[in-house]
Amino acid sequence: MYVAVKGGERAIDAAHAWLAEERRGDASVEELSVPQIREQLKLAVNRVMAEGSLYDPDLAALAIKQSRGDLIEAIFLIRAYRTTLPRFGGSVPIDTEAMACDRRVSATFKDAPGGQMLGPTFDYTHRLLDFKLVAEGDVPAAEEAEARDAQTPHIMSFLDREGLIQTEEDSDTTPPDLTRTPLELPATRDLRLQSLTRGDEGFILGMAYSTQRGYARNHAFVAELRIGVVPVEMDIPELGFAIEIGEIEVTECETVNQFQGSKTQPPQFTRGYGLVFGMSERKAISMALVDRALRWKELGEDNLGAPAQDEEFVLYHADNIQATGFLEHIKLPHYVDFQSELELIRKLRREAQANTAPQTDTLDASPLGGETACRATGGSFPGKMKEAAE
Amino acid sequence: MNEKTDPNAARKAWLGLLARCRAADLNALWAGAALAPDHTVLRAPEVGSVMVRGRAGAVGSAFNLGEVTVTRASVRLASGEDGHGYVQGRDKLKATQAALIDALMQTAQADAIRAAVLDPLQDKMAQTRATRSAKAAATKVEFFTMVRGED
Repeated sequence: MYVAVKGGERAIDAAHAWLAEERRGDASVEELSVPQIREQLKLAVNRVMAEGSLYDPDLAALAIKQSRGDLIEAIFLIRAYRTTLPRFGGSVPIDTEAMACDRRVSATFKDAPGGQMLGPTFDYTHRLLDFKLVAEGDVPAAEEAEARDAQTPHIMSFLDREGLIQTEEDSDTTPPDLTRTPLELPATRDLRLQSLTRGDEGFILGMAYSTQRGYARNHAFVAELRIGVVPVEMDIPELGFAIEIGEIEVTECETVNQFQGSKTQPPQFTRGYGLVFGMSERKAISMALVDRALRWKELGEDNLGAPAQDEEFVLYHADNIQATGFLEHIKLPHYVDFQSELELIRKLRREAQANTAPQTDTLDASPLGGETACRATGGSFPGKMKEAAE
Repeated sequence: MNEKTDPNAARKAWLGLLARCRAADLNALWAGAALAPDHTVLRAPEVGSVMVRGRAGAVGSAFNLGEVTVTRASVRLASGEDGHGYVQGRDKLKATQAALIDALMQTAQADAIRAAVLDPLQDKMAQTRATRSAKAAATKVEFFTMVRGED
């Protein structure tokens, strides 16, 4: 139950003024600029774009500055801004084969056609703090070598040619959009992928890890992980043809998973897929593992009762803006709710103390009433948060 | 698609270039070319978004990946040609300049515009891309197999 409470305006104004001052921090330290965040905290910017579901590095950097580095708060700001934009349309599905790859590795084929390029990776660093970064200084230029001119083929296409891997059905129908129509279950794979790509990195990572530890294990190999820039094309009605309207950096992960066969089909590898805005490889690998776990029904596998197989559990808890909205609302005033609980418990104690043998039916009925009231409030709030977030 | 089979290939190429280039680069070339074509605005610059789609398994059915900010504008030159600009990001000036260049490219000034604006833009972007590819190529792994000696 919500009752409007007035007052506290002055306190709120003062709190926000102090927030602005604390955001700035020690004034004797140089202020951080939005371009500095965009260029030097790029992986934070990428995460805000991926989970905020809006590719715009300048806006994401601004959101990070405004939120004092609280990335979920920054994602909330981006989601809120996104709702103000008119949508011009949907793109032609991006062609990741045409990617200009900064990084491209395969855990399955050493001699992958097109080669393996490490790119600017943290892998193989010693994870020792580098105190040289405390001092400002010039960075030596990275090495260069002669680049191939050709497109880099997907490794999956080689397995596909041999029929060793389950094929993906190509379709150009407009996919459903969970930012326009509330997510309903059972969800089709396109909706699951949309939900996973904008889901919380930590949550998706935890779910993926659970499959590796044995909760619906699906034995994933990273067939290919590629990071780079792809053009985005859209059909323009006034022109009558499609043009490139920009280019985005994405991370793509394709996994090859345990084979399966049926009475009609010989054993085949199956696949999981991850595609995320920016350089976000932990997220892309996690997404591919969770995508694969959620496909148990369409691949004719058993439901092992594992959390990662439960699409209601995964999809309804992956969104950190919905989650934080409902979680954090319990710190806001619930005076009337709590007052009723307080009166109830006092009444129960009075009754219990008055009667040496308390009447069981009053005891049974009352807590249940309290519980239902609480659930009703709980149910309505995520809806409100969602409206605000979308 | 190539220029032989697609009659719109050339226009697609310059519109794509204008969409992807850096606003500051375009603005500098625009100022350098001292262009001020007489025109009317058909559609005032507008910031919006486009839903980017991917494909399940890179080749399967489409799904929504997330949106990208885009600004669009349309103009008509005094000589009658319409120009449309769709550019990435939230830059109304860039969208207007792109629309004007699109219109001018349909006039007798096309060659001059190409030399003054499009070619330098194209060169700069190609250079940036080549540098990145060269850095990526330097991180290519050359595997070698350790041979265990038998003697």
